[in-house]
Parts: sequence; structure tokens; C-alpha cells
Amino acid sequence: MISYLIQSAVTQGTPLLLGATGEIITEKSGNLNLGIPGIMYIGAISGVMGGFFYQESTTHIVGILAILIPFLSALLGSGLASLLYCFLTVTLRVNQNVTGLALTTFGVGFGNFFGGSLVKLSHSETASIALIRLAKFYKKSLPFAKNLGFFGEVFLSYGFMVYLAIAIALVASYVLKKTRVGLHLRAVGENPATADAAGINVTAYKYVSTCVGGMIAGLGGLYYIMDYVNGTWSNDAFGDRGWLAVALVIFSVWKPNVAILGSFLFGGLYILNNIINVSTQIQPLLQMVPYVATIIVLILISVRKRRETQPPASLGLAYFREER
Amino acid sequence: MKTDTETKKKEEQREPLFHIEKNPALSMPRAIGVRAAAILLALIFCGLLTTILTGVNPIDFYGQMIFGAFGTTDNFLVTVQHLSFLLCISLAVTPAFKMKFWNTGAEGQVLMGGLATAICMYYGKALPLWLLLILMFVSAMVAGALWGIIPAFFKAHWDTNETLFTLMMNYVAMQLIIFFMRQWNKLSAGIDFYQLDPTGRIGAFFNGATGVRKYIIYVIVVALITVFMHLYLKYSKHGYELTVVGESRNTARYIGIDVKKVIIRTMALSGLVCGICGFLMVASAQNISSNTAGGMGFTAIMVSWLSKFNPVIMIFVSLFLAALDGGAIAVSTGLEISKSFSDIVTGILLFFIIGCEFFIQYKLVPTARLKALFKKNKEDKQ
Amino acid sequence: MTNTPPALELRHVTKRFGSVIANHDVDMDFRHGEILAILGENGSGKTTLMNMIAGIYYPDEGEILVDGELALIRSPKDAFRYHIGMIHQHFKLVDIFTATENIILGIDDGEKYNLKKAAARVLEITERYGFEIDPYKKIYEMSVSEKQTVEILKVLYRGADILILDEPTAVLTPQETQKLFAVLRRMRDDGKTIIIITHKMHEVLSISDRVAVVRKGEHIATVNTAETNESALTEMMVGKKISLNIGRDDPQNPVNRLEVCNLNSESQDGVKVLDNISFVANSGEILGIAGIAGSGQRELLEAIAGLQPLTGGKILYHNPKTEDTVNLCDKTPFEIRELGVRLSFVPEDRLGMGLVGNMDITDNMMLRSYKKGHSVFVNRKPPKSLAERIINDLEVVTPGTTTPVRRLSGGNVQKVLVGREIAAAPTVLMAAYPVRGLDINSSYLIYNLLNEQKKNGAAVIFVGEDLDVLLELCDRILVIASGKITGIVDARTATKEEVGLLMTKTGGDGNEN
Repeated sequence: MISYLIQSAVTQGTPLLLGATGEIITEKSGNLNLGIPGIMYIGAISGVMGGFFYQESTTHIVGILAILIPFLSALLGSGLASLLYCFLTVTLRVNQNVTGLALTTFGVGFGNFFGGSLVKLSHSETASIALIRLAKFYKKSLPFAKNLGFFGEVFLSYGFMVYLAIAIALVASYVLKKTRVGLHLRAVGENPATADAAGINVTAYKYVSTCVGGMIAGLGGLYYIMDYVNGTWSNDAFGDRGWLAVALVIFSVWKPNVAILGSFLFGGLYILNNIINVSTQIQPLLQMVPYVATIIVLILISVRKRRETQPPASLGLAYFREER
Repeated sequence: MKTDTETKKKEEQREPLFHIEKNPALSMPRAIGVRAAAILLALIFCGLLTTILTGVNPIDFYGQMIFGAFGTTDNFLVTVQHLSFLLCISLAVTPAFKMKFWNTGAEGQVLMGGLATAICMYYGKALPLWLLLILMFVSAMVAGALWGIIPAFFKAHWDTNETLFTLMMNYVAMQLIIFFMRQWNKLSAGIDFYQLDPTGRIGAFFNGATGVRKYIIYVIVVALITVFMHLYLKYSKHGYELTVVGESRNTARYIGIDVKKVIIRTMALSGLVCGICGFLMVASAQNISSNTAGGMGFTAIMVSWLSKFNPVIMIFVSLFLAALDGGAIAVSTGLEISKSFSDIVTGILLFFIIGCEFFIQYKLVPTARLKALFKKNKEDKQ
Repeated sequence: MTNTPPALELRHVTKRFGSVIANHDVDMDFRHGEILAILGENGSGKTTLMNMIAGIYYPDEGEILVDGELALIRSPKDAFRYHIGMIHQHFKLVDIFTATENIILGIDDGEKYNLKKAAARVLEITERYGFEIDPYKKIYEMSVSEKQTVEILKVLYRGADILILDEPTAVLTPQETQKLFAVLRRMRDDGKTIIIITHKMHEVLSISDRVAVVRKGEHIATVNTAETNESALTEMMVGKKISLNIGRDDPQNPVNRLEVCNLNSESQDGVKVLDNISFVANSGEILGIAGIAGSGQRELLEAIAGLQPLTGGKILYHNPKTEDTVNLCDKTPFEIRELGVRLSFVPEDRLGMGLVGNMDITDNMMLRSYKKGHSVFVNRKPPKSLAERIINDLEVVTPGTTTPVRRLSGGNVQKVLVGREIAAAPTVLMAAYPVRGLDINSSYLIYNLLNEQKKNGAAVIFVGEDLDVLLELCDRILVIASGKITGIVDARTATKEEVGLLMTKTGGDGNEN
């Protein structure tokens, strides 16, 4: 029972973790990318498209390609979407909120349109595409995991992307805290003028971090499709997970390692009603908890004013070098 | 000495081709020209994209679009409805934006207005119709305003990040709606709306004899709000105060404006107007779901921003987006493309229009390096 | 002169900003192992000159030599290549980073990133020169003096041999100043060249080996500190008195209008910015306020206008109509107006405080008066006619009343602001640097307007930076230094040197920006 709860929390939390890690990296550069939900959709559908054409083109599925093709397609799709965001907000200095929301509108539409088109192409009976033959490679866990009882179920029973997500969050945490690149990135998000004066290329940092962040978030979409729902795409199934990922960024006060635990907590709340058999009547109240918790965190950090837990100081603002 | 010349060379290579400068005098014709060019380019781009993706001829595509938006009475009325709601929410978020308060919570404020309306309808079945309608209207405004005041209160007192706060409030509102739907609808949790008007009297009120009455109500209410907002922003003392607060907190302090009060008051108004929109949506449809606002709360943010917070321009931008959406839906059914194609087209158009703002606000000034390159080119040719 | 070339040499350096010449044909040399003070009034061009050495600006003419060789300095990075580093008045630090993190920011020396090693190196430098700093302390927890230390360490860490400090003591207490001077002396003994920009005379005399005096963009002379004295330097710095022919009438029955008693105020960091300020401003009189920039002038005016929180004291206003006396302390600007006090204020920051740049002239006219009347709507008719009147009377160059103020030139912006403040027929008119950046004609127009207000019986308070103007325009001059009044003199009899000495007179505690 407990192992099932943990398992569900982890698998529910993984897309959120990838989305949140990506958004943290992005926000650390001062870019508030509200296009993240759209980018996660784009990542998911790009992966599905890559996988679909591979699955259709061959009868013999090679494991490594089954993994790599959707994976790289997802990276490409979400990377391009992030690049568009950067071009508009950094180079053309357009308002970040407006650009982000437009990207989300676009991304969700993009996902549903191509999803719908693929459904038509596949002549499927239901309104969904199944990439089950590829998904099994994503879902593959260690063969001996089942024999290890509780330990195996809780820690070793997942597909590789779960571990990848945790690894990415840990690496992101390490890079932000312990490396020169991380120091420079944080400086860009905190005080771009100072970073610029110190000889750091602010524009390059904003572009790279936003694109890398977007690609990581895109993997969150991919994981949801290829692992969590077994390779089936159906329109709008991803739901509001993208916004939940944005909430998780705040909840974990811009720290990827905290986001790991946060994601499992959010994931657990998402499916808690399945476990403890709460009546469907109060289920929405449970689903509200992550958002309310996030608001409380947001209020607390602003009231307490501890400097370490504040959002990056230049979040949401375009940087102009002062004319001299 | 040699290293100096080398460094100099390197420095020159690093110099960009253009400098970006703020365009000091932006002339009206130029601004309109740039925007028109952007929209035209976007339409051409979308047309080409349609052909590539679907094989449909772009002229057919746009023909269908226009037909879809205005071609039949039904299509036209749908566009009017869409226009009214979108314009209403865009107007609602505008005072907040003018104050530089990033209200991304319009969706939630609309939903709360809708929820309050629904609650009145559900529990007020015994009331006389006129009283019920007034009650619905007033409570929708109160609920919307409340949803706006909460983040404003924290912004005013502790400078809590309003973009993220209002964003989160949207999803709290959505879950609240689902909660109430399930309370009322104990048998099946899956159904997303409940017949709030069992006797049909509210439906009858909104539909009238021909079913057109509700569209007239939309247009009248939203037209009144447009006029009100125009006057409020441009001619009222409140409007003047919030503009000063948005432009410069320091100036507001200098002349003794109570900045906290203005923030809270303005967000209350913003939420209140969103609440009215929620009332119109729920009362005229007699049902509610977490998708009642349909993402218009987010689109409205773009409409308001693109219109430069000007209510009159907002009418046209809303009409454009509403027609685009209606048209794209018609195209998708007519030409058998997925309905979501409209979102893509809207998204692309928005990117083009958003991007073109740069060319209105700034100008590119060629630097010495580019001029030198040109010169060199000329000389080479000679 | 010794045989080794000077550490740094300027030859015929000229810098223009548009038509304004900031520096003209400057020759200067800086030796190894010396502390050289650059002395000059506000706007004399000393910071611009130093910025050219630090790579912020590039000279239009002339050359810079480092160790006898021609140097090309186009950016701060280039300056570091020549081992030149500048510590600016405004610190460029990331608040949530530690000292060490700020110091190594932007350095990519190819070595592995190692904060511990960097912190050890920082400690090594601090020990060598006697700084007191914790390399792991966050900037936001630091005092101003500690932040300055970090800025100096940043420069030293990058291997600077020539250090330029722009008014380093402006933000320090006397005790902190002494510590800084000890550090600077140790650096000098280590062979480094220290250039310190300052106004404070006694500091120049106590720290420097040589003094270079700059006036109106030109290098007047460089003298050995041991061979000069305060009054000789002051004379070089302020120059001979120039007659400006600004009109000045005798005050007409001056009466006590505004009385400031023992005013005290602290900045947000808890530093004293106003220290026991007491004075009287009379009607029909122009009271000048002289002082080095940042000595508390802004805070004083903002305190009277109800914008600066006070820690003690009284501001008494004697109403000429009702003959009542009201205390303006802890009142908001709006409450002050409600009390019937006709107080006008032309702040230093014209577009950031006095006016809204994106609003048109008419709307800017309304800033003070928009609340008039009971209507929920604003009445644009009076402000529009006021705007037209001001454009007409003050010859504001603008396409019309609907032009956003930010599009106007500096002089016209000021005319709009002063015009509005005067239109309220003030009984007290405060103006902070009202002619800064204005051409001669606009400046005289402003002087005339102030004189007119004086004739109308207003108590005019004028904060200025040009001593010639202060001496010719004002009736009395209050001199403020480090938040304290160092003297109130009669402008008709005082000399420029006298005021200059009062401006640079510091001592006691509470030395602050």
C-alpha cells in the first residue's frame, strides 16, 4: 500500500520535476517563461511525432532507436520553442508575460493539432495514438527490481526517465551552486548590469539557460506520454501539469534539489484520493492544495524577506545596457 | 605596440553591426504601418503553413475563415459572443496593467464571478426572477473583486510577486468550481455541469423569443463597460492616480498619492469587471465548468497589451482575434483539420504582432563597422 | 623627476559630450608608489577624466601611457589588462552573493572553480593590506564600508597596480575613513599608484602625496601636498570670482515663514543623513543651500516636503494669512496641502519625481491640482490653460500641450516643472539644483523666476552647486556638510573661499552621504 502510494507519487511527480527544473534554470537567468506549459506540450508531441514515424516505418523496433528518436525529437521541438521565446524577449525585448502566454496558447494548440492529425493518419478507432511498442522501452525497469520486495518497488521499479529527472535536478542544483557557470547565471538573473560590467555575456546566458531549461521541461512532456500513460497521446490529457510545474518552482523556492521532494509531494496529492479513498466530492479540494501551498510559500517569502529565498531580482525584466 | 593593434582589430570585430536605439518620435502612420505589415506577413505565413500542412489552397483557407466568422447568422453571433467576452476581460485587466500590476489572474476572477452566479442560481431557485438576477449580478462582481483584492493586498503591503500569485489563484478557482459541481451533482462526479435552471426561466430571460436576446445583452453590457473604462482611465481622478502610480512610484509619493490604496482599489475594479464577464457567461449558458472562461483570461492579457491599454483599439483587436478563432474553427470543420489549428494560427499571429512592437519602439542604427563593410563592398565592386 | 617612467601619463586628453567639453587638453602624470588626490568642484570633470583611464569612456583626443608605453583602453576589461582598476561611487555588487563570489565574478582564468581557494586568496590580500572583511559574508549583510572593501578587493584580486577611487570617503564615517586611509597608505608603500577623487580638504591634506586640481575640465596644477595649504588649494579649486550680473533686490519686510528646529533623520540603513538641522527661512528672501553633493540637501528638502521620515525635530510653518503656526512633521504631502500650506518643491530628479515623463504637459500640470473639486472626473481645462500660459510665458519649445514631457529638452522640462510649482503662488518655494544642465538663457530665466517669487513674498530655498550663482542670487547661504550645518553666511559679504571652506569642513561624528 505504502509502496504503491510512493510509486504513484514518483511517477506523477516526474513530469512536474522536469518542468520545474527547466523553469528554475530559465528563471535563474531572469526570464519568467510562462510558456513552459506550452513548451511541455510541444516537447511531448514532438517526441510522439518522432516515435510515430519511426514506429510506422519499421516492423523491427530497435531499443536504442525507440528511445533516442522520441527523445531527440522532444529536445528539438522544445528547444526551438524556447529559442522563439528568447528571440522575442531577449533580442526584441518584448514583454515576457505576454510572450510566454502566447507561447502557451500556441504550444497547446500545436500539440493538439498534430496529435489530432496523427490520430487521423493512424486510422485509429479511438481518439488517441498508441506508441506501445516504443513505450515499453521507456518503461523498462531493472529486471531484478521485482525480486527485491519493498525496496525494489519503491526505488528501482521505474523507467529510466525518472532517474534521469532526478539526476538532472541534482546536476542543475550542483551547477547552480558549485560552478562558475552557475555563479555567472545567478548573477545575470540577480543583477544583469553588474554581471555585464564584470564581463559576463548576459544575452548568451539568457539564451542558453532558457533553451536548456525549455528542453528539460520538454522532456517532462515526453515522460508523461512515453512512460506514464504508456505511449498513448490523447488531446488535452496533459492537463494543467505545466502550470503545476510553474507552481513547483515557487514552492521549492528556486532550488532544483528541493523540487525533487516537492514534485513527489505534489504528485502524491494529485493521486491521494485514489489511495485513501476520499469521496470524489472533496477530491478537488485536495487538488487545490498544491496551488494554495504555493501561494502560502509566495506570501511567506515576501513577508519574511529573507534574501536567499527571494525570486531572482531581475525576474520578468528585459535587460538594457545603459547607454554611455 | 603590436599587441595593441591586434587588440584593436579584435575589438572592432566584436563590434556589432547595429546599435539599438529607442525611437524618440514614433509617428502614428509608421506605427500603424509596421503593425499592418506584421499582420499581413503573419497571414501569408499562416496561409503557406496551411498549404504545407494540409494541402489546402490559402485562398480557400481565408475564404473559409471569413465565412466561418461572419458567413451565417449563427457564425456571426458566435463571433459577437466571443468578441464581447474577450473585450470585457481585456478591459478588466487594463487598469491593473496601466498601473504596472501584472494581473495574470483574469481567468480565475472570471471563474469566481461565474461560480458566484451559479451558487445564486442553485440556492436561489425560490426567489423571484428579478431579485435572483440582481443577486447573481452583484455577487458575481463581489466574488471577482475579492479574487482581485487578495493578491493586491499582499502586493501593496509586502510586495508579493503578483504575476505568480494571480496565476496560482486561477487554479484555485478552477478547483473550487469542480468542488461545487461535485457537491451539487452527487450521483455522477464526471459530469462537468449541472442544470442550474431547472424551470428554464433564466434561459428564457436570456434567449427571448428568437434566442438572440442574450447577444444583445452582451453587446449592451460590454459597450457600457467599454465607455465606462474609457472614461475611467482617461478622465477620472482614479484613472489619473493609477497612471501616475504605474509610471513612477516616486512621483506618486511626491504628490501624496496613497499607493497601497490605489493598488487595492484598482485590482478590485479589475476583478469586479471580470466578475461581470463571469456572470454573463454562466447566466446566459445556465451551466458552469472549470473551462467556462476557456483561456480567454490569458488571451485578454495579450489583447490589452497589444492595444497599448487603449479601450478603443481593444475593440478591434478583440474582434480580430474573435473572428480569427471563429474562422479557424469553421475552417477546421469545413476542411477537416483539427480544431486546434485555430490556436496555432492565433499563436503565430500573436508572435508576429508581438515581435513587431520592437520595430515600433526601437530603431536599428548601423554602426561604424557596418558602414565600413558597405564601403568596402562598394570599393570591391569598383 | 626620476628616470623610471611614470606609472600612468595623460597627454593632451580631451573629451566632449555633444557640445559640452568635459575635459580639455589635460596633461597629468601619476607615479609609482604615491597617493594622488584629484580635487575639484562638482562638474569640474574629474570623474570623466578618471573614467577614461578606467575604460568607461574613450578620449576624443590625446593619449594615455602606462609605464611609458601607449595604452589603448576601450573597456574596463582593457583597463584591467593594464592593471588599472576603478572603484566607483555606485557599487556594482550582487546582493545575495558572498564577498568572495562577487570578487571572482566574471573571471574565467581557466582554473578550476574553487571558492575555497579564491577565499584564501582574498584573505591573503586582506591580510597584506590590513582590510577587515569576512570573505563568506553576504553583501546584503554588509555596511557601506564593507561593500566598498569588496569593491577594492575586486580590483586588487584582478591584479591592479593603479587604483582609482571615486569619492571613497563620501559614504564612510570618520573612523572608517581612517581605516581606509591606513589601507591606502600600505598599498602605496607596496608600490601601487592610488588616485583618489575627493572634495574634502582636510582629507586631501592628510592622505595625499600630491594634489592635482581640476577646474571646469582643465588641469590647473599639480602640487606637492607638503608644500601647499587649505586656502591655496581652495582658491585653485573655485577660481576667481566671476560676475554673473544676476539681479538681487533687498528683501522686503522679511518675516519668519518656515522654522526648522533640530531636525534629525536616518537613511534606511540607519545612518544619520540629517544631524540636528536648525534654521529659519524668511519670506521675501532667497536662502541658498551650499554643500558638496550628497551632504543631506536632498533629504532636507524632502523632509520639509513630507517625503523623508524623521527621527526627531520640528518643522514649523507660520501661515501669513491666518497667522497660525503648524508643525509639518510626519505629514504626507497631501496633508500638508490640506493644511493650507502653499509649499512648492522643484526636486532634483525632474523626470523621476517632479514630472511623469510619459504624460503630456497638461497632465503634468494636474499632478498638484487633480484632486480639486468634488467631481469623480478630472477637469483638464484649468491645467490646459495653465500649460498654455507656461509655454507662452516661459517660452517652452514644444509642439503643443499634448507632447509627452520626456520628449522635451532638459531646459524645457525644467521650465514646465518650475512653471507648475510657481503657478500655485507658493509661500514657500524649494528648488533643488534648478539650473543643472540648463543653457545660459534658461538659467537666467529660472533666476528671474526665483527673484520674482521673492518679490511676491515667498520664502525661497535654493539648493545650488555653483558658488558664483549662490553668492549673487541669494540673500543668505546655509552651508551643509555631512548632514550638518557648518555655517550660515550673508551672501552679500561672504567670499567664495569662505563658503568653500565651510563646505569641506567636516569633523565630529555622523559623517554621511
